[in-house]
Amino acid sequence: MDHQELLSWVAKASYFLAAVLFILGIKRMSSPVTARKGIVQAGIGMVIATLATFAITGAHNLGLIVAAIAVGVVPTWLWGKKVAMTDMPQMVALFNGMGGGSAAAIGAGELLKFSAPGAAAVPLVTIGLAVLGALIGAVSMTGSVIAWAKLDGRMDKRFTFSGQQAVNFLVFAAAVAAGIALIAWRVEPWLVVTFFVLALLFGILMTLPIGGADMPVVISLYNAFTGLAVAFEGYVMQIEALIVAGMVVGAAGTFLTQLMAKAMNRPISGVLFSNFGGGGSGEAIAGSQKPIEAADAASLLYMAEKVIVVPGYGMAVAQAQHKIWELCQQLIKAGKEVQFAIHPVAGRMPGHMNVLLAEAGVPYDLIADMDDINPEFKTCDVAIVIGANDVVNPAAKTDKSSPIYGMPILDVVNSRQTIVIKRGKGTGFAGIENALFYADNTRMLYADGKEAANQLGAELKAIEGGGGH
Amino acid sequence: MTDGFLYLYIFLLAAFTGKEIIGRVPVILHTPLMSGSNFVHGIVLVGAMIALSHADSTLAKVIGFIGVALGAGNAAGGYVVTERMLEMFKSSKDSK
Repeated sequence: MDHQELLSWVAKASYFLAAVLFILGIKRMSSPVTARKGIVQAGIGMVIATLATFAITGAHNLGLIVAAIAVGVVPTWLWGKKVAMTDMPQMVALFNGMGGGSAAAIGAGELLKFSAPGAAAVPLVTIGLAVLGALIGAVSMTGSVIAWAKLDGRMDKRFTFSGQQAVNFLVFAAAVAAGIALIAWRVEPWLVVTFFVLALLFGILMTLPIGGADMPVVISLYNAFTGLAVAFEGYVMQIEALIVAGMVVGAAGTFLTQLMAKAMNRPISGVLFSNFGGGGSGEAIAGSQKPIEAADAASLLYMAEKVIVVPGYGMAVAQAQHKIWELCQQLIKAGKEVQFAIHPVAGRMPGHMNVLLAEAGVPYDLIADMDDINPEFKTCDVAIVIGANDVVNPAAKTDKSSPIYGMPILDVVNSRQTIVIKRGKGTGFAGIENALFYADNTRMLYADGKEAANQLGAELKAIEGGGGH
Repeated sequence: MTDGFLYLYIFLLAAFTGKEIIGRVPVILHTPLMSGSNFVHGIVLVGAMIALSHADSTLAKVIGFIGVALGAGNAAGGYVVTERMLEMFKSSKDSK
């Protein structure tokens, strides 16, 4: 074994170790107790693999490689450190888009290499996977960037025009045709460029009409896309660790995407190709919304024994999680049973609410999933809905003409009393009226989430103080 | 030509592994998990580094540079946000 061979062996062995650490790391993330160790373990794997790669690259373009790593690591590291917890979904989308772009760049580089005059013949499978990985990676990149812009409030929620689906389909078909030409005909530089322009364009077009409420599914899907793209380019580069890590993420992401789509009772194709709320508008609701003042709402809480808090995206927007938890701590101290009910797609990412509540310091054993908490609403004295709308709308169960009919919901309507904290009378993302808000035992507390939690806390203290004398 | 089948098996087994290890993850960890798996595909950095080391022409170097920078951003950013999220998960028993 000569020197170069030895170095390659060391690198390959390190990749194997990294792959093992990745799999064990993700496995450990399946429990809140070991999750932190899991990500650290995966991180160690990444550092080992990156350092070992220098054994293969040697001195070729070493300065460029180090500079590029610095350009990539420094800003994202600093940004990731200081970004607010509520902005996590768009950060995940952005970093995911970078991974897709990296895979697409590998594909572009390899395809251009194949097209160079005098290049050796390349097996069709290799060209095929290079093209496929590049297509998926490019779509994931621009799609994720659009998702980031939407979640970050930099872009209108939805962008639609007539004939949009036809245009999208044509662009997609053209990208696929260019890809097939690369595989079956020949790899020409102009064709490579055309192919990439079309693929990048399709990622943008595909994501533009999708609204904020569907973003959890979309980010998860693009995460799976990037995984697959990495795996395919891993085959092209003959690096097994990329294949294993990419494929594990691709499969896991696909599974997670299905899970979420199921939770919303919408097929993935429905998320991608139809606009939420574009269908029927549901039956009109009789009755009126009944407002309540913070003092009265506080006395309802004072008398309650069992309270369930139902947070939604509105809580994230209002940054109200800390104040809500303060209020809940007050209730717990007064001997009341408090739980948090989380709908699988509340917020903009699966588990988005859990992250925010964890940030505020809510212990995870007080947080319950939909299936566990739904039977509890029957014995609940007061349910507090803060910033959630469509996921608590009983029309999903009763009104067949409603666009959200069939979506599993939190059965807040079964609670004895419900207090809805909401800024105004507007409808939710889906643009549908919420029958819960018109129910006889529902009271609307019109206020900013943070402000409302503050007021409730103060009023509750006043009542407790008065009751003590 | 038959070597391809070995890779096919790798693809297959890795896919099953991915589905299996995630099947038992509780909903409360879905976001960190998505973020964590997002970090793991940052391994694309390794492929991009090797591709850049082979680059000769200016165009190839530019593409390679972009690939490495994006891959490194994916890995670094993905790690930081995931770690920050998981740091916050505490049981009520821990805090007492």
